[in-house]
Amino acid sequence: MHYSVEPGLYAVGSPDGGSPVLVTANYKLSFDKLRQAISGRDAWVLVLETKGINVWCAAGKGTFGTTELVERIESCRLAEVISHRRIIIPQLGAPGVSAHRVKKLSGFEVVYGPIKARDLPAFLDAGCKATSEMRLKTFPVGERIVLIPVELVAALKSLALILPILFLVAGLVGPGSFWNNASNYGIRAILGVSTAVFAGAILSPLLLPWLPGRAFSCKGLSMGLLATLVFVGLGKFAAASLAGKLEVLSWFFMIPAVSAYLAMNFTGASTYTSLSGVKKEMRLALPLEIATGTVGLGLWVASLFMA
Amino acid sequence: MSQLVYLKDVTTLQFNPKKCIGCGLCAVVCPHAVVSMNGKKAHIVDRDACMECGACAQNCPTQAITVSAGVGCAAAVINSMLGRDSSSCCCVIEPKTSQAASAKCNENSKKAGCC
Repeated sequence: MHYSVEPGLYAVGSPDGGSPVLVTANYKLSFDKLRQAISGRDAWVLVLETKGINVWCAAGKGTFGTTELVERIESCRLAEVISHRRIIIPQLGAPGVSAHRVKKLSGFEVVYGPIKARDLPAFLDAGCKATSEMRLKTFPVGERIVLIPVELVAALKSLALILPILFLVAGLVGPGSFWNNASNYGIRAILGVSTAVFAGAILSPLLLPWLPGRAFSCKGLSMGLLATLVFVGLGKFAAASLAGKLEVLSWFFMIPAVSAYLAMNFTGASTYTSLSGVKKEMRLALPLEIATGTVGLGLWVASLFMA
Repeated sequence: MSQLVYLKDVTTLQFNPKKCIGCGLCAVVCPHAVVSMNGKKAHIVDRDACMECGACAQNCPTQAITVSAGVGCAAAVINSMLGRDSSSCCCVIEPKTSQAASAKCNENSKKAGCC
């Protein structure tokens, strides 16, 4: 599956030697958004080879970078096509591009455009000046919702392995016949894990700014605890027996642990977490998540033996 | 709207005002308004908002502003702990200094077709 366009120089409208040059990645969506944003205008679009990856990710990897930019300027003979020596780079390309080195290597002056392509008309009309709002990377609810399916698919891959195992263990270890156990404890286990995924991979990203703590695992933990209360409240547990109490207790460990872990994984999709911060968060959170999850699993198996 | 801010006091961002020539590019490229211009010099106004993307350091002609750049992604940290490279998954922390490693990354991310 490749959503890439051929790198090179493209014309939007009828550009001439004095028209602006806008640089982008060869990810099709980036290219299309740029074309849409400047439709009705005359401009050159210089597409860099970023292996079909968007500007920000590619800049982080260095593929959207000084070397590729300078080589592309040369191979497209940009200096012969335009009379000025100025190129507009998206601001989020800056982690990969070094403006002073581009100037030195190619003679072209780098001007950093706005973060969003849709702000380009206003930027161009203002004489290549961006407002402070155009320069700020936000993380609004719309962007977070779009990322939820990505997190879910990643979580579902692990679930495809974990859920059948829980189902089997419930069936084999529980007190009654296999199908009796599986349809009772097994189904409840599947619902429990699904509750955790719902809390960590859907609710946590959605409610991110309003959840307590700065660490993502902390946010996921709070959602997990809340989800556990709902799950335990609605579930048909044999709460009078010791086995039933243990089973309830096991979910108070497992759901928050899984939810915290999944929320922690959302750091990669977010637009404001640093590597130093993620490493610090993980040093404490990851061992805790593993330990808590393991204790919960142990309690759950114990409750099956006692039932 | 106030920005979402991650953990306090963790960023590797460093600024040396003596080296700053006041070009202002760091303040332009920062996506979280961490740096602002104070007359002829840059200054750090919101340190904890830094996500270590490296844009400021990359565009500083005098290395007055430096940061150990990286991607704040838990999956990437786990992948590198498990010794996976970018052929098996999308997010991997590659040593930026190594030319060979980054060349490998490019080739593999094409295969993986992710991010």
